[in-house]
Parts: sequence; C-alpha cells; structure tokens
Amino acid sequence: MTDRTNVVRLRDTAADSGELSRDASRPRLEKPDAQSVKMRTVGLRAFYGDVQVLKAIDLPIVERQVTAVIGPSGCGKSTFVRSLNRMHEVVPGARIEGQVLLDERDIYARDVDPVRVRRRVGMVFQKPNPFPTLSIRDNVLAGLVLNRVRVSDPDALVEKALRQAALWDEVKDVLARSGTSLSGGQQQRLCMARALALEPEVLLMDEPCSALDPIATARVEELIHELRQSYTIVVVTHNMQQAARVANLTAFFYMGELVEYDRTDTVFTRPKERRTEDYITGRFG
Amino acid sequence: MKDRFFVRLFVDRALRGACLLSTVLALVPLASVLWFVVVRGAHGLSLTFFTGLPKPVGEPGGGMAHAIVGSLEIVGIACAMGIPAGVLAGIHLAESEDTRFGRFVRFSADVMAGVPSIAVGLFVYVLVVRRMQGFSALAGAIALAVLMLPTITRATEELLRLVPESLREAALGLGVPKWRATLRVMLRTAAPGIATGIMLAVARAMGESAPLLFTSFNNRGWASSPAEPTASLPVNIYTYAVSPYADWHEQAWAAALVLVTLVLCLNIAARWLVRGRLP
Ligand SMILES: Nc1ncnc2c1ncn2[C@@H]1O[C@H](COP(=O)(O)OP(=O)(O)OP(=O)(O)O)[C@@H](O)[C@H]1O
Ligand SMILES: [Mg+2]
Repeated sequence: MTDRTNVVRLRDTAADSGELSRDASRPRLEKPDAQSVKMRTVGLRAFYGDVQVLKAIDLPIVERQVTAVIGPSGCGKSTFVRSLNRMHEVVPGARIEGQVLLDERDIYARDVDPVRVRRRVGMVFQKPNPFPTLSIRDNVLAGLVLNRVRVSDPDALVEKALRQAALWDEVKDVLARSGTSLSGGQQQRLCMARALALEPEVLLMDEPCSALDPIATARVEELIHELRQSYTIVVVTHNMQQAARVANLTAFFYMGELVEYDRTDTVFTRPKERRTEDYITGRFG
Repeated sequence: MKDRFFVRLFVDRALRGACLLSTVLALVPLASVLWFVVVRGAHGLSLTFFTGLPKPVGEPGGGMAHAIVGSLEIVGIACAMGIPAGVLAGIHLAESEDTRFGRFVRFSADVMAGVPSIAVGLFVYVLVVRRMQGFSALAGAIALAVLMLPTITRATEELLRLVPESLREAALGLGVPKWRATLRVMLRTAAPGIATGIMLAVARAMGESAPLLFTSFNNRGWASSPAEPTASLPVNIYTYAVSPYADWHEQAWAAALVLVTLVLCLNIAARWLVRGRLP
C-alpha cells in the first residue's frame, strides 16, 4: 500500500550525518537530504507553567513526506505538533524554549508573527471543530474569509478542497447545512478541507482518526497518501498500524523525549532502542 | 423490601404533587396580573391613545403618544450606551486571564446588579440632573443604562465562556488574528444567547419607573429634545394611577397594557432568538 519508492533518501554514512547525530547521547538519527528538510526543531523545550513536557527535541521534518509521531498518552505528542505552528503558546502559561526552523528561519524569532506561521503550517485538531454557526461551504472558506483573502471562484475552491478531503460526494447537495450537522468523521474531513483550502505548506494532524470508524479512517489515510504529493505532513497517531501504513518516517516520543526517529520500516522492524521496541510490541503504554 | 418500595412511591408522589402545586401557585399572581391588565386596560385603548396627547383635566379622551415615544426614546438611548459598554466589558472579563482587575469588575457587576433601581436613579440625579440643572431623557437613559450594564456584562461573559475553546483554536489554527477570532468566531457563536441576555435586560429597564421619576421626570406634551423632561409609560402609569380622576385611572390601565405588551414582545423575541441553539 505505501509507496516505498517515494521514501526519503536517508544517508547511512556517519560522515554525512552532520550535527543531528553528532551527540552520541541522543538517539542516532541519519540526517536527511539537506534541501528536503522543511522544518527542523533545535533543542525544542516546551513548558506548561513550570512543568517541562518536552526535553530538547531535535527533529527534522522532511518535505513532501509523512512523518508519524507515536508514543504513549501524555508523552508530549500534541505539545510537540502544537509547538510547530505556535499553537502551544495559546494555552495560558505555556511557553517554548529553543528553535523551530521553517525553511531555515526560526518561527519563534522575535520579529515573526505567529499568525503568518499558522497560515503556512496548518493544523487539524484531535477533535473535529467545525464552526457551528457556518454552513459546510462557509466552513471550508472560513480560513480565507476570516483572513479577508479574496477568492475569485469560491465555489470551485470549495469543491476542490472537499474533493481533496474525500467529502465532496457526501455533502455536495447539502452545502448550505450547518457544519455541525455532519457526523463526527465527516466533520473531521470538513476540518481537513478547511485547512487544505488555505493551501498550507505543512499540515499537522493531531490524531485525526481518533474519533472515526474504520471506513472513515481508511478514507483519511487515503487522503494522507494523496496529500503527500504536495504537502509536508506530520501526523500524530496512537495506532501503530496506521503509522506503518501512512508514514515514511516515524518519531517515537517517550515522557517528553524523542527516543527514536527513523524510516518507518526501520522503526517498526529493527528499532534501535529498547523502549521503542517495548512500546511497539505493546509491552507498555 | 416491599414496604420500602411503597414508602418510596409515596414520597415520589408527594414530591411531584408539591412541585405541581408550587408551579400553580407561582403562576397564579402572574396570570391574574396579566388578566387584570388586559381586562381593565383594553377598555381605555383607542386610536387616540396611541396618537393623541393628554387633554386638560376634566376633558375626556386624549392619549399617551408622547409617553410611548418617550419610553422608546429613553430605552433606545440607554441601549446605545449600555449594550456596547456591557458587551465589551463582558468580552474583557471572558477573554482576559484571571486578574485582580477582572475579579474586581466581576464582583462590582454582581453587586451593581443587586442595587435597587431607585438608588441608581438617585445617583444619576445627583451626578447628572443636578449638573445639567434639569430633568432630561438623557438622564433617564443614563440611569437605565447603568441598570442594564451589569446584566449585559455578566450575560456576555457567561455565554462567551460557554463557547468551546476548541473553536478559538480552530480559528487561530487557520491563521486568524486573536481579536478577529474573538469577534467573528467566539462572539458570533455566543450571539443568540447574548442577544437574549440583552433583551431581558432591556425589558427590565423598559418597565422601570423609580429611576425615571427624578431623572427624565414627566412631560404633558412632546419634549423637543432629549435634554428636556420627557414622559415615559411607567412614570405616567404612576402619575395617572395616583390621581383622583376616574378617566385617568382608565388611561393608567391602558398604559400598563401597552407597557406589558412591549415587555412581553421583547421577552418573546429573546426566547425566539435563542430557540434551541445555545452555543
Ligand atoms: N494545558 C495544559 N496544562 C498543563 N499541563 C498540560 C496541558 N496540556 C498538556 N499538559 C501536560 O503535558 C504533557 C504532554 O501532554 P500532551 O497533550 O502533549 O500529550 P500527548 O502525547 O498528546 O497525549 P495524548 O496521546 O493523550 O493526546 C502531559 O503530561 C500533560 O499532563
Ligand atoms: Mg494529544
């Protein structure tokens, strides 16, 4: 199912592996091709008040690849993806240290507007959250309307985004209905359409399938498959099979640490770390 | 076991009965007030009541057009002042983190909501009427706005807090600036509920007579500007009801009917707005 020809070229030679794996105490991580790194965290630490929940995460996110983030509940997966588009700081008392580079520019630099970052790095939340006061159509356009972006042909854009989210056939006759009149799975795909309508460069999905039935889950996975032709995707999941099916790269988090990050097949078949193996085989978490 | 069952059954029946009885008891005064007002007020209603001005004492007929318009004018000005201020204050309370200032404002609003309306009238009398050296619709409107303010503030705050935080995150995640997310998403979602709160506050203000007695006072004719003493329905009801003339009493009942109808319409409109779609 997964198209392995498209897998990122990861270099094996230590000489090439650069700064990311220089520190032997950290998980060994081959450095992906330099130009293809879309985002990169450097010593990223996240706090809620005085409690540190992410411990110096260094993780490159490769362009036009799907990166899965797995790990036990409470290990900081949501916090991690939320720090990639500056949604972490929305929580009162939450703060970040370290850097997150988007196209080699720190999104936490003082002169960077978080609003612009979020336009480039879109997000689909764990729980579907369509706007209840807006119709299905207006939900798709919400990002553009709320940002006062002029659209020359809104109907075409709505159709395109809904088709991308594999929702068009189900809702094309009821576009005027409220966004919350849809089922949970349809709402989740509506939220994806809403994020896609903005054409972000990176798409973050926090457990997009946790509320979905197997059929809707399969559709979302298909969608992720298609989207990776043009988007860089980070997907948090609790479902190992899902990570194995959709992701080229997999990062395993444990108690706020990045334990292992590698090609998905490597992580699942030959994990370097004991903790990864234990988690994958279901011995804890 | 069986005994316990019958005891429970009895207690259940008894409590249900008590609830029903209390509901009926609560409805009796309400229904009788309405019935009284309708029966006695309908008599005095006529076209001239809505279009004419009061006749000199002794002459029959005449109307209360000036008081109806005056009431609407005073309440209108009060809305123009009280609603924006109340809604903005409510947004501030709901959006800002738990600061000492926020707690103080919230506490003041709760205290203010309990201040007797006549005290508010007195306050405006001292601060506005005495300074402007005269009664005016404006002073009356200020008194009503002060009365509406705490209700609107707290309603806005409570209803904004009911809107799930996930909607704000949805908007922020789409790259919408925070202030616009608040206005276009949070406030928009809470709008029906807030509108209901506002309507109820306005309905209450509309029926107030005490604070108007010494702010907007009364007028036997049209006021030429909001800076002049202005007639209003509640104050006219009072003046006409305590007069010794029978036909004035009739007019007081008619005015009461009009006022009750206006307030009822506002209440129904409020309920209609919120019909099954609280955020
Ligand atoms: N708003 C918050 N305030 C304080 N602590 C928080 C907050 N949100 C999360 N945390 C803490 O941060 C840690 C990481 O939380 P996070 O939500 O990132 O976990 P997660 O890996 O996404 O878990 P799950 O799989 O259950 O979604 C947890 O220990 C949690 O208790
Ligand atoms: Mg999570």
